[in-house]
Order: sequence, then structure tokens, then C-alpha cells
Amino acid sequence: MASIKFAVDGKTVTVNADPNMPLLYALRNDLKMSNPHFGCGLAQCGACTVHLEGEPIRSCVMPLSAVAGKKVTTLQGLGTPEKPHPLQAAYVEEQVPQCGYCINGWIMTAAAFLKKKPKASDAEIREALAGLKCRCATHAAIMRAVKRAQTQMA
Amino acid sequence: MNARIDLLLSRREFLKASGALIVSAAGPAFIGEALAQTAGGKPPLVPTELDSWVAILPDGRVTAFFGKMDMGQSLDIAIAQIVADELDVDVDKVDVVMGDTALTCNQGGASGSTGIQSGARPLRSAAAEARRLLVQSASHKLGLPAEQLRVDGGVVSAASDPSKKASYAELIGGRHFHHQVEWNKQIGNAMDIKVQASPKSPSEYRVVGKSFTRRDLPGKVYRTDKYVTDISLPKMLHARVIRCSRAACTVAGVDESSIKKVKGARVVRERDFVAVVADHEWDAVRASRMLKISWNEIKKDPFPPMAEIYDHIRKAPVLKREDSVKKGDVDGAFKTAARIVEAEYEWPFQSHASMGPGCSVADVRADGVTVWTGSQKPHFVQTGVARLLGVPPEKVRAIWVAGPGSYGRNDAGDAALDAALLSKLTGRPVRVQGMRSDGIAWDPKGPASVHRGRAALDASGKVIGYEFISKGFSRRNIDTNESDPRDSLAGMSIGLAPKPSIDFGVPAEAYGFDNKLLAWEVIPPLLDASSPLRSSHLRDPVGPQIQFGSEQFIDELAAAAGEDPVAFRLKYVSAPRDAAVIKAAAEKAGWQPRPAPRAARSGDILSGRGIAYAQRNGTLVAAVAEIEVERKSGRIWGKKFTVAHDCGLIINPEGLRYTIEGNVVQGLSRTLFEEVRFDREKVTSIDWLSYPILEIRDAPEAIEVVLINHPEIAPSGAGEPSIRVIPAAVANAFFDATGVRLRRAPLTPERVKAALARA
Repeated sequence: MASIKFAVDGKTVTVNADPNMPLLYALRNDLKMSNPHFGCGLAQCGACTVHLEGEPIRSCVMPLSAVAGKKVTTLQGLGTPEKPHPLQAAYVEEQVPQCGYCINGWIMTAAAFLKKKPKASDAEIREALAGLKCRCATHAAIMRAVKRAQTQMA
Repeated sequence: MNARIDLLLSRREFLKASGALIVSAAGPAFIGEALAQTAGGKPPLVPTELDSWVAILPDGRVTAFFGKMDMGQSLDIAIAQIVADELDVDVDKVDVVMGDTALTCNQGGASGSTGIQSGARPLRSAAAEARRLLVQSASHKLGLPAEQLRVDGGVVSAASDPSKKASYAELIGGRHFHHQVEWNKQIGNAMDIKVQASPKSPSEYRVVGKSFTRRDLPGKVYRTDKYVTDISLPKMLHARVIRCSRAACTVAGVDESSIKKVKGARVVRERDFVAVVADHEWDAVRASRMLKISWNEIKKDPFPPMAEIYDHIRKAPVLKREDSVKKGDVDGAFKTAARIVEAEYEWPFQSHASMGPGCSVADVRADGVTVWTGSQKPHFVQTGVARLLGVPPEKVRAIWVAGPGSYGRNDAGDAALDAALLSKLTGRPVRVQGMRSDGIAWDPKGPASVHRGRAALDASGKVIGYEFISKGFSRRNIDTNESDPRDSLAGMSIGLAPKPSIDFGVPAEAYGFDNKLLAWEVIPPLLDASSPLRSSHLRDPVGPQIQFGSEQFIDELAAAAGEDPVAFRLKYVSAPRDAAVIKAAAEKAGWQPRPAPRAARSGDILSGRGIAYAQRNGTLVAAVAEIEVERKSGRIWGKKFTVAHDCGLIINPEGLRYTIEGNVVQGLSRTLFEEVRFDREKVTSIDWLSYPILEIRDAPEAIEVVLINHPEIAPSGAGEPSIRVIPAAVANAFFDATGVRLRRAPLTPERVKAALARA
């Protein structure tokens, strides 16, 4: 057991837990932040994605010890209905999610990518979103939403 | 905020709502003289009570109680539109409560694309009847005949003098109708009611037929709504059920000391059902990995070698055969044939592979049981849990909460019974979720099958005899819902004997061949119980595999007859709506007719287009696929799809369009990538590497959807029809591009390269 201090969505938190425990379980169980999902536990789908210091990471395999003293942002921290991130607004406007279980991966990955490369081509967007899964197969709508957000962010 | 979550009643309220404790809280509803006689709270939840279907709240908002649920394909908003039109209220004034057994009748859950087709019918009738009663009540109150009243925005007013008015809120808000309707005595999809009111004619619809945005989107995008995975109760234990990686095993022994390092974790076992529970989820996960179990192998090599699965199917005994369509003299036609065309098509086991493994929370107490489930059939969870625990169904409340997707009988159904059993065994509320391998290796599978087409052509190339026979594992080796614990892994693990059903299907089309036989044959399952290859419903059960064969075979006949695939289909399809979708898809796609494949052989990228068409329970659909084949890598890219779709009256065009898009891309995933792998003793597809699905790199560049609206025809389904035409459309496009047939799915790069090398 260890006491690990880090920031989530702008708030400082302390979690007492096994330092090898993946961050996902600290977020979901210790901090009761249910928005990152368990999808595979293997970093193969993206449902658990959060930002660590602005970079998308898979919280299901990131040991808690690795986030000590760092800043974590979840989808809830990315934007709110009152102050949405352009990708969230685009996701609603394009009616992207069906079951919606996968969207942390898509939005958090795309948000970090578009920040770095706001004028990315379709091919570059597809490349950046490689590895993410969406079982409802909303990929066409995802592309529309990312491109819509791109026009807002550029 | 989602109305569904607001309605997660407390235990006491639940008992009231379910009729176990009737309290007279509300005063009499003043709604016409006859109605005013009836006092009391909400009547019991039975289909014969109008209050079971619709309620007017004190502020005039309307609640529709829907015994199905929206898995993200716009059913919530569509039901709201239908109810809004019948009641003459604004759509945003209608909330739809879904899939809670204490609040909704058993309309069968999500099932067979019937959400609108059959699910909306009683809601439409109930809303119409509620309007009739409310107008009648206003007529009394205002002293005017009903014919002189109009309704707008939930306010009944005199047509001649709008100042004479009474709102729904004033007339009944917060009270109940206590009005009987006639129930057809059916449970599930077929449940319907008859009322005195006549629902409106399509020409009177104001919001049905228009696009309204779904209401579940903000809750999902800002993550303010709860999923079933987010349900948390005081004193809740986290559990992981341990399934042997090998099939056909029983538990010989459990070494409980192997998890003693995980403080607070313990083993829960009943016969071959073994789980670990802990207060913290991570401890349950850790313990599940550390627990040492010794297993007995009850059958050596339960599975044939994977490479021989289709030979196994061909040689296996037939448990049952059904000749579903038999017309004319097929044998006679083959005797006089100038030419016979034959082909066989093969389709693998496929997994639901839901986005997250199945999850459920159960709280089993002496006075009642509550189960939160992502299963698409919560009313059947209620029955299944009641049977598993040996309690009356009315003591069980199952509450559907959106889960990680659901396209049929997936592992969510097993999770619900796992959670209930674990809560019973531990005396605590239990949350169970699988690990990735539980969602891919252990979910019920779409059945593997072989499809044989045989056609007799005369000298002119006319089809004079046609035969299409599918042979495979049952589509219901376990049932399509979990109402019987014998169909669940928990039930089978505690020794309940399975109750397999035998069923498959035939192509759904309107080809007017004079002599025609469409049949299916089902073979025995590979294992009797607890099989990771047990088969059940996966989106559009047996539709993609059958049509993968039948619509390729039609293309093969067109090629044999030297005709263009679109023209050939239209020659034999005379049903006007069927012909219309074929024409519409071809026209929108800019179809260039040719009697033989393009089969260009130069360059690394070969392109081609193919068409497929099918029916599904009243819905007609045709798709044109435009693909690129990379010769060197063997990769197929489904670049563009054009779908023409006719499901009668369209409720919400945008919602329908997105639903079709999801079908197309999920269908493309199953066509190109998906195949459950196994060896002699186990399923070896355990994660996304060993069960790949489509990623965005392979998503189409464009999907065009042509919606054909028939307001005069009752709506049929849209949740599944369009997936069934995608596999053959892609395979036919491959033939056009290369001149080579791919008759085994999925169309992987290895198979593409091998086929091109052979050609």
C-alpha cells in the first residue's frame, strides 16, 4: 500500500492503494469517477483513456505509482455541457455515440491529437485514432464529428 | 438528466409500485364522471391498465412506459415522437421510461428489430386513448361537446374560443386514469392493446417523420448518465467469476489459500460455479488471477480442429431439417437443365465482443431482489433470476441500465444471473463484471454454417430450378433471453441441464423462380453444456451468413447467364417494393451495368462494385459496395456503401440513417475481420488481438443512405436489416474487381492473396 497524490480534473487527490494498481481502478473505485470505462484491461480498446499531462494514456494498464504528482484529465474534466470541448459539442451535434461506452478513447485521443495538429488530413486523423474500438461501428459519424470539431479548433 | 435514472426508486417505493404494498397516496383522478368514481394510487402494472403505458405528471409532462429499450439507435426519441403526436403535446414534453420491470410491461426487450414495428403499437394506442379520455374530461369541465374541442401543446380548448381551455395538467396531472384497455394476452414482442380511440392517420402526424435529436447524447458525451457498470450500492462486493480457459471442465478443487495475500478477498463456490469477491474491485481482479483451481476434463478434445470446422458441419448428422419454401418441381427442373450452377459458402463463429464485458449488480434480500442489468431483455432477467433463486418473479425487480452495447444475447445475460447467484451466496449486494476474455471467449456465439446453392438453367440462361440449403449450428443452442437459468453459464455451472432449441433460417427474398427450395439443417452442438461455442442470437441472427451465401449465389447465376447483377435481380424480382430498393441503391450509386466482372489485372489497386438485396420481416434493403483490393497486401477496403432502405413509415429519418450506418460498418467488420478462433479444447480468441474487429483505418469513406418512406405502410424494423446485405455486397464487389469468388468469410488478406494466387 502507498499513499499517492495527484491531480484529477483540476483537483488534488490522494489515493491509498497498491502502487501497482492501474489508475483506472483508483479513478472508478477510490475516487468514484466512473467516466473512464473498463473495456479490456489490456490497452487494446481505449475505453479507459484519460490524459496524463495532456497526453492520452490507457488508465487500465497505467500503474498508480506512475501518476504520482502528475495531472490527470478525464472526459468529464475535458468539458461540461455548459463549457463543452469542441469534440464533445460535435459528438452531440453529429449524434455519434450509440451505446457510447467507447467514447472516452475517441474523444480524449482526438482532443490531444487535434491540439497538436489542428489541420490534420483525413488520413492523419485515421492514423491518430488507430487502435481504438467502437463496437456499434459509428466510425463514419466519428469522422464527421472530428472534422466538425477541427473547424471549431482551427 | 435521464428520466430513467430519476426513476431508480427506493426499495420501499419499489414495493409500492410493484403492488406488494398498496398505499392510497393520490386522491381520485377527476377525469369524467365515470373515472372520478375510482380512487386510489397507481393501479398494478398490468397491460390492461392504461396507467401502465402512459402518465401525465403534475406539470403536464408525459411519461411513456416502454417495455423495450433504446440501445443507442434512437428508439427513445422515436417513441416520444409517436406518443407526442397521438397526445398532441410537444416531443420534449414526453419522457420515455424503458426496461424497468417495476415500471414497464414485458414487451420483450430489445429483440428482432421490433422496437417500432411491434413495440410502438401499444404506446401509440395508449396515447390515443389517453387523449380521448382527456378530451372527454375537458368536455365535461368546459361544458362543450368533444367534437368542438381541439388539443394543442397539451391544452384542450374550444375550437371557437381558445380562452375556454383546460390543460392536461389540470385535468389529470399527477393522478391516474384507472382505465381498462383490452390486452391481447401476449407477453413479449407480440404484446398489444386495443382501445376505443382511433390512432391518428399518417396525414395528421406533426412530428412523426421528422428528425429529432436523441436525448441520451449529452449524458453519454459529458458522462453524466450512469451505465450499468457505474451502479454502486452500500456494502457492495466486487466479483469476478472464474471460467476455465479450457472448455468441458468441472472443478476438482479450489486452493483458497492461493489468494490469502489479497486481504479481504474470498472464494465463493457452488459446484462448478467459482468466483472471488472483495470490497475493492482491484482486489477481486487480483484474486481472480491468483486463485488456483484444479479442473477435471470431462471430455477430451471437445472441438474439431478449427481448419476442419466446415467439413465437420458438412459431415455432421442433421438434427432437424426444415423446407421453409418449397415451390414447383425442383428435382424435375434439374433433370431438364441445360446447365447446373453450384457453389458453397462458409461463415465462421462470431463473437458479440461487446465494448465492455458483461456487468450486473444484484441485491438479493429476504424481502425482494433487485438486479441492475445491461441485458437487452430485463423482463426475462427478472424471470431467470426468480427461477435461479427460487423466488416468485414479482419479488424480483430487474432494471435495465445502458451497458456496453448489446447486439443480441451477449454476456450481459450471463452476468445478471452471476450477480444474483453471488448476492444470494454472500448475502451482500454484488457487482460482477467479466474480464475481456469473458466477453470474447465465453459469450454466446453467432453460429458457424455452410450454405449450398444449386441452380438449374435452361439453354437461354433462364433459372428454371433453384435450391439454397443452409447447414450449421442452431441459432438458439441457448435461448435468446435468460428467462431460464438453464440457458445461462451460472445455471449450467451449478448443474442445470441445458435446454437447446433447434432453429436456423433461409434467405429472405422475392426471387420468382418457378421451382424453388429454401431449406435449413441444424447439426448437434459441439458440447452439450457450458460451451464457449454455444450459439445464440447475434445482430440479425443468421442473416449475414445466409445472405452472404444466397446473394453471392444470385450474382454467380447472373455471371453464368451473362447478365448484369442488377438487371438479373430485377428480372426475377417482381415485388414492387423489393425492386424499388434494388433500383434506388443502383441509381444512387451510379451503377454501371456490365454482364461480366471488370476484373482488371493491372496495378496494385483493383476496384469493383457489388450489390446485394434482402428482406427482413417487412423491411426491404439493398446495398451497393464499392471496394478497393490491394493485390500485394490482400487488404480489402470497403470504400463506399450506398444503401436503399424501405421500412414503411419512417419515424425519425436521421436516427434511421445513423442506425443504418452502424449496421453497414458493423457488417463490414464481420465480413472482413471477424472469426472466433479455437483449438481442440478451447476458444483462443480472448482479446482484441485474437478477435480483431474493424478499426477506423478500414471504415468507409462514404455511406450514402436512400430512405424510401411509405407513410401508408405500418413501420417495420430497422435495427438489423441492413447488416445482412453487407457481406455479399462486398464479396460481389470483390468478384467484380478480380473475377475471383471468395466464398469463405471473413475475407482476410491471407484468403484474398491465396485466392488471387490461385486465379
